[in-house]
Amino acid sequence: MKFLRDKVDLLKPHFSEGGKLSFLHSTFDAIETFLFVPNHTTKGGAHIKDGIDLKRTMFFVVIALIPALLFGMWNLGYQFHRATGAEATLLENFWHGLLQTLPLIIVSYGVGLAIEMAFAQFKGHPVNEGFLVSGLLIPMVMPVDVPLWMVGVATAFAVVIGKEVFGGTGMNLLNPALTARMFLYIGYTPEMSGEKCWVPLGDQAAVEGYSGATTLGNIASASADGSGWSDSLFSWGTGAMDSIYGTIPGSVAETSVIAILIGAVFLIATGIGSWRIMLSTILGGLAMGAILNLVGGNAWYDMPAWYHLIIGGFMFGAVFMATDPVSAAQTTRGKWIYGFFIGVITVLIRVYNPGYPEGIMMAILLMNVFAPLIDYYVVQSNIKMRLKRVKA
Amino acid sequence: MSDNIEKKSEPLLSKKRKELLSNPMDSDNPITIQVLGICSALAVTIALEGTVIMAIAVFFVLVMANVIISALRNTIPNRIRIIVQLVVVASLVAVVDQVLRAFAYEQSKALSVFVGLIITNCIVMGRLEAFALGNKPWDSFLDGVGNAVGYGWIIIAIAFVRELFGAGKLFGQVILSKEWYVANGFFATPAAACIILGVIIWVLRARSGYVED
Repeated sequence: MKFLRDKVDLLKPHFSEGGKLSFLHSTFDAIETFLFVPNHTTKGGAHIKDGIDLKRTMFFVVIALIPALLFGMWNLGYQFHRATGAEATLLENFWHGLLQTLPLIIVSYGVGLAIEMAFAQFKGHPVNEGFLVSGLLIPMVMPVDVPLWMVGVATAFAVVIGKEVFGGTGMNLLNPALTARMFLYIGYTPEMSGEKCWVPLGDQAAVEGYSGATTLGNIASASADGSGWSDSLFSWGTGAMDSIYGTIPGSVAETSVIAILIGAVFLIATGIGSWRIMLSTILGGLAMGAILNLVGGNAWYDMPAWYHLIIGGFMFGAVFMATDPVSAAQTTRGKWIYGFFIGVITVLIRVYNPGYPEGIMMAILLMNVFAPLIDYYVVQSNIKMRLKRVKA
Repeated sequence: MSDNIEKKSEPLLSKKRKELLSNPMDSDNPITIQVLGICSALAVTIALEGTVIMAIAVFFVLVMANVIISALRNTIPNRIRIIVQLVVVASLVAVVDQVLRAFAYEQSKALSVFVGLIITNCIVMGRLEAFALGNKPWDSFLDGVGNAVGYGWIIIAIAFVRELFGAGKLFGQVILSKEWYVANGFFATPAAACIILGVIIWVLRARSGYVED
């Protein structure tokens, strides 16, 4: 460590004011603070609630994402070997998935950080750590077969239009990772949905009867042709328990409810993710699902309400996307309303919109837009209540 | 704006008049600064051909309406001026619509209601109210030209980006070959127009330093 510190100190004068490379100041600063704890202290009076800073917050979220990511990698290999009928050990499965996922992660981080640093340099502010999480979330919500250049384009779009135009980290209206996914989903629908993109088989032949369609896709087509709900609609040869374990085809890390819940527990324990949002999103989905159960009609209506939680990206969205502290509602009551509507709208989109089998992405983005409005009315109603108390 | 002191006739293109022409194209652009006419900027910009026709149609309506209202400005009773303006604009739009149907039927079908909706384009009514009612015909003519071109170049710029990336074409001619370019469906949606417009506003304001107060 001493060696590295000396090296950094040796280089520092070049990057400080007046140095030859002073225009690269924020990039240097970002790398230095990444390697070492910064020695800045607050000047003047400070109100410290908690010693946590942005870097640690972001790092905790990355840790919370790791179970889902590792499981997702293993699952990619598992799905591949299941589809081709080959025997494989745990390690082989994992290795297969790792090789497929790693390029996505590298592209996402590479493009995103390059743009972040360019903006920081240009505007003369320090590089924020905000992208640490977004850069990992983006590949985690992609179908693994998506072309790398698409990931790059989407990341660039998300960072520039989703975040930097609003003023950078902490100012964005929309969740950047979902903005990236939305861009690809609307722009390149064939690559982002269907049966082929979840488990790329390469030149391997699939075993007989194999179908790469997700549960969501199956139910959507069953609803379209009018057949009712049955457990056979779970993706090829799986059932409700497989959906909970996560051994089903899907976006890289969205499949396993258990792995996501491990992350959720970590987020709640460290106080970074809001349990209110997670809980209210789940309640919203269950409530809407239960109402539709009462109506009945086609496969979507008749599916047991709690299945909504275990299929598609519902849990991943509720735990990691909806709780994004920047784009979510900030007030306590606002969080309940915000989360509840995410759940309700997700189910509504799934059931009523034949064009989009999955609704969580759009539901969260929509409620991101409404979050400031919700907060505004919560604050106003609170003021009104207090005024009444003063007058009484 | 009656200049009683200065009776001398102004040169045909004095500095003030040049500004009438040039300001709306840049520093007082009806779309990017005044944020008017957004609806049609989002709706008709999916392909260049229709957009150019739309720009020409708006150019014709805006310039003619400006001149006519300006010529009539001393005879229009103030209380019914909006309805008079509407009659003039609606007549001009009817002319444009009929001409399009006669000579560019396919495009007129593609533009559908948006030709008719030029009547409600805030830029047209806005210029009539704000300028033509208080200025002479020649000034109003220049103002109309400036604003119509200011509107036109923005929507053509948006359509350029949208058609190029959304379909890989320009004026219906393939530019980016399907062999290596995957058309981005996002650019075919009006949401893309909104974002491109935002980026244009961003660039223009970054250049001029204009800040909304």
